[in-house]
Amino acid sequence: MFDLTGKKALVTGASGGIGASIARALHAQGATVALSGTRVAPLEALAAELGERAVVVPGNLADAAATEQLAKDAEAALGQVDILVNNAGLTRDQLALRMKDDDWQSVIDVNLTAAFRLSRAVMRGMMKRRWGRIIGITSIVGVTGNPGQANYAASKAGMIGMSKSLAAEVASRGITVNCVAPGFITTAMTDALNGEQKDKLLTNIPAGRMGEPGEIAAGVVYLASEEAAYVTGQTLHVNGGMAMI
Amino acid sequence: MSDVAERVKKIVVDHLGVEEAKVTENASFIDDLGADSLDTVELVMAFEEEFGCEIPDDAAEKILTVKDAIDFIKANAAA
Repeated sequence: MFDLTGKKALVTGASGGIGASIARALHAQGATVALSGTRVAPLEALAAELGERAVVVPGNLADAAATEQLAKDAEAALGQVDILVNNAGLTRDQLALRMKDDDWQSVIDVNLTAAFRLSRAVMRGMMKRRWGRIIGITSIVGVTGNPGQANYAASKAGMIGMSKSLAAEVASRGITVNCVAPGFITTAMTDALNGEQKDKLLTNIPAGRMGEPGEIAAGVVYLASEEAAYVTGQTLHVNGGMAMI
Repeated sequence: MSDVAERVKKIVVDHLGVEEAKVTENASFIDDLGADSLDTVELVMAFEEEFGCEIPDDAAEKILTVKDAIDFIKANAAA
């Protein structure tokens, strides 16, 4: 099950905890992976760890031209892109009353607009080949909201709406578009929380623990697989029961 | 240059799965040949590939009939 042999995948934000885990999981199922991000050193390290079937394609998703170029670079490096995982994301947390336009815009640009640009760029080839998987890593807060994250939550909710629209447009061409919505996962982003914050958080998670990056990656592998061909426009929530939607 | 017309018609027949006789020059992709909006995008992509030319979005929007496609390609393609 979930064999991805011969498939070519582009993973953005592959230098982060969840992105690296997704790249590892797709690779383990047989896919060739293109690892993208702004920090080249961790990408090179991951590519070296994976060995064959892994290439590094750096790219700055804050820049429109660089994002278009990334899609071209990935297609050049892989031959084609069958699976796109829009995982790259950043936070600029601030109460809305104090949030600067720039904090708003930079989060929307990278988390949402770049995901759209990359999706648009790879859909062309997917349509021709009548096969494709576009998977967005959104967030539980895109559905529930979160104080201090108006920008981030908006970008993640936007990704869900965008994915549903794309899914409807290209379903007849063998392309599925879905999201995975992590809850609290142990990464550098959540390591920044102090002990008290973590304890409080855990009381709201029925599973009684934070999730692991591999538990997000497993959802991505499923959605990327042939077996998930009939699943499209969906958001798979992986959050230990923190929100049951 | 009638070659262009033949090649355009073949792409339309192959892509939309319609009878060749229906693909007249005045046939509208959507109204006469049953294409949906995504089909028209794919047809433009197929024309670009066949004739090695780029069809910008604003031009693509005006390609509504078989004749529109033939005329655009004759005017813009090298092949």
